Amino acid sequence: MAILKRLLSGLARTREKFVGSLRSLLAGRQLDAALLDDLEEILIQADFGVAATMRICDDLQAAHRDKRIARGEDVIEFLKAELVTYWPESDRSVHFADSPPTVVMMTGINGTGKTTSVAKLAYRFKQEGRKVCLAAADTYRAAAVQQLTIWADRIGVDIVTGGGNDAASVVFDACDAAIARKADVLIVDTAGRMHTQDNLMRELTKVRDVAAKKIPGAPHEVLLVLDATTGQNAIDQARAFAKAIDVSGIFLAKLDGTAKGGIVVAIRHEVDLPVKFVGLGETYEDVEPFDPDSFVEALFA
Amino acid sequence: MFESLTEKFTGVFRRLSGRGRISEDNVHDAMREVRQALLEADVHYQVAREFCDKVTAKALGTDVIQSLHPGQLMVKIVQDELTELMGPVDARIYYVTPGPTIVMMTGLQGSGKTTTCAKLAQLMLTEGKKPLMVACDLQRPAAVDQLTVLGGQLDVAVFRIEGETNPVKVARQSLRAARDDDCDVIIIDTAGRLHIDEEMMKQAEDIASAVQPHQIYLVCDSMTGQDAVNSAKEFNERLELDGVILTKFDSDARGGAALSVKAVTGKPIKFIGVSEKLDGLEAFHPDRMAGRILGMGDVVSLVEKAQAHFDEEQAVKLQEKMAKGAFTLTDFLDQMRKMQKMGPMKDLLKLMPGMSGQMDAMQMDGDELKRMEAVILSMTPAEREDPTVLEASRRRRIARGSGAEPQDVSGLVKQFTQASHMMKQMAGLGGRDRMKFAQQMAQMGAGGNVRYKVKQRSKRLTKKERAKRKKGRR
Repeated sequence: MAILKRLLSGLARTREKFVGSLRSLLAGRQLDAALLDDLEEILIQADFGVAATMRICDDLQAAHRDKRIARGEDVIEFLKAELVTYWPESDRSVHFADSPPTVVMMTGINGTGKTTSVAKLAYRFKQEGRKVCLAAADTYRAAAVQQLTIWADRIGVDIVTGGGNDAASVVFDACDAAIARKADVLIVDTAGRMHTQDNLMRELTKVRDVAAKKIPGAPHEVLLVLDATTGQNAIDQARAFAKAIDVSGIFLAKLDGTAKGGIVVAIRHEVDLPVKFVGLGETYEDVEPFDPDSFVEALFA
Repeated sequence: MFESLTEKFTGVFRRLSGRGRISEDNVHDAMREVRQALLEADVHYQVAREFCDKVTAKALGTDVIQSLHPGQLMVKIVQDELTELMGPVDARIYYVTPGPTIVMMTGLQGSGKTTTCAKLAQLMLTEGKKPLMVACDLQRPAAVDQLTVLGGQLDVAVFRIEGETNPVKVARQSLRAARDDDCDVIIIDTAGRLHIDEEMMKQAEDIASAVQPHQIYLVCDSMTGQDAVNSAKEFNERLELDGVILTKFDSDARGGAALSVKAVTGKPIKFIGVSEKLDGLEAFHPDRMAGRILGMGDVVSLVEKAQAHFDEEQAVKLQEKMAKGAFTLTDFLDQMRKMQKMGPMKDLLKLMPGMSGQMDAMQMDGDELKRMEAVILSMTPAEREDPTVLEASRRRRIARGSGAEPQDVSGLVKQFTQASHMMKQMAGLGGRDRMKFAQQMAQMGAGGNVRYKVKQRSKRLTKKERAKRKKGRR
């Protein structure tokens, strides 16, 4: 049990380190091997993954060699600047259709928070003065339709449910309803599915194709909902979903814990998906557009 | 992706083996590979570091350097240590007498608590117990309905209080309902909560102190990253966990979270959730997990899966047939169907050592197997026994019958002939060699594109090639 004890005290140290603000740790230090080691630890613990961490540390070293940065303080600014180039502003905005309705499809594996994220987007779009309609196309999980219906009631938006039909037919009806009711945005909630299940991934493609047939250019956004606590497996998820249905961006849910969601950086390197929104709590108001600046700040908080 | 650690180690040691003695540095090099593997499997940074330090010390102590196969010995040490760190596992559920036994489920949002409640109830049913599920997730909309639906599917009673907002009250009252109903076990589903949400953590403590559960399980998503330790530690401190249930294990996650959570809380991982179906709860096996974390495949699970679907007697017969070269298309069809029953091809291949990286190259999906099946089913029994009788007109008939093209039929026969030839060779080998052979075949499959293709169209030949081919035929 000696190892366990050491481990625990080690973890306690890490925590202190985090609490004791890394900003001050970086301040006044030379950019040397020890600092890079510390930085590596931060990035790995934020789920950046080994490859992305190495790349960032290499970039830092290169910048140091070229005398672009010298001191520890510069590291944060450097990271901010670098991450902003990863996700240019244009990339992070929602693409609305030229003529409504805009169709937004929410996808992801089980338990990432799709249904809640649908509610958040619905609220946000409604606040922006758009008429929103929801499609409850998660016909698999028990009571998922009820869950979304409750959200729709609370937010005060329309919802189309299929009454036990399959997802594709719910979306078919929802597209009709969105057009008939002159909705600006149709948000489609889909069932959670493991990215490793080919048949379920194909079902998703079918749902998309139904939307595309009913409304030209749809879906205008396909958002992959990722749990911010997810580790390196998120890369596989992103890759599989991107392959199956051309994901256009990420909704990073549950960023209100202690998780840093650094995995989105790893994903940016591997699959090139922009992060468009972050979810920060359990109510429908808890949603923000993704901002690389505060993302970097949070890493060092 | 990631080749097996064994290969990496062998590489590290081979690099220097020409230069006389292998040094301590080599061990450190090897451990760097281990550390990277652990981090890529989402093992917590500190846990990985401590682990590597410990293994390095052990490796240097056991004269790895002097041994004939330092690479293999290193792998063994690493795997043993990993296994030890994650074990021992006790996948029994403890029931108290007199009942009811109270089990409380807790965890972050979306980790799979509600589904796991139902899976646990199902497991208890098979053990002859009468469970009662208690809906104490009053936070998420319709969570109570979800549990009720699941209860209906299992025919397990669900205790709920309409309109109640205080989960402590629901939990407390469920005790009486369980007694009145003669239930043996109470499974309490709670709301997902963040470990840093003081109010919600307090609520969990309140539920626990109100009903005094005999067992409290943390439900943890196996895909969780570095943050897993933070939440597990907090839950453990507040609730004194009795065990961990890892969910969503049917993903391709390597599951380093398992190791981290065990290392930090010291609480055993009891079960793993492996599907969306309600019977998808299995006992946790640290040794297999170690292999998976290190990217070395999980042969034991594969064999177990196979055993569940193949009966031994048949297998022996089949092997004899293979050895004699008397393996027919009927047997082939039979095998294919059994394989399909074992689950998606991709899942199976993933369990094979060294194959996890080659998934993309081997796109053997269910549809392709179905097309093969259709072709075989369009043959007469005689044709299935002896495919050499298939000439052009028979092939056309079979193609029409199965919605394929005549060249698909010949493609299948050709592949079958090759396969049965290989099987004949393989049947003659011992167990170890056979494994090697299978791996070689797999590598061939990935690189050389030997895989079966129904839709294989002959490419257009140049004049020269055509002439050459004609000559060859003569």
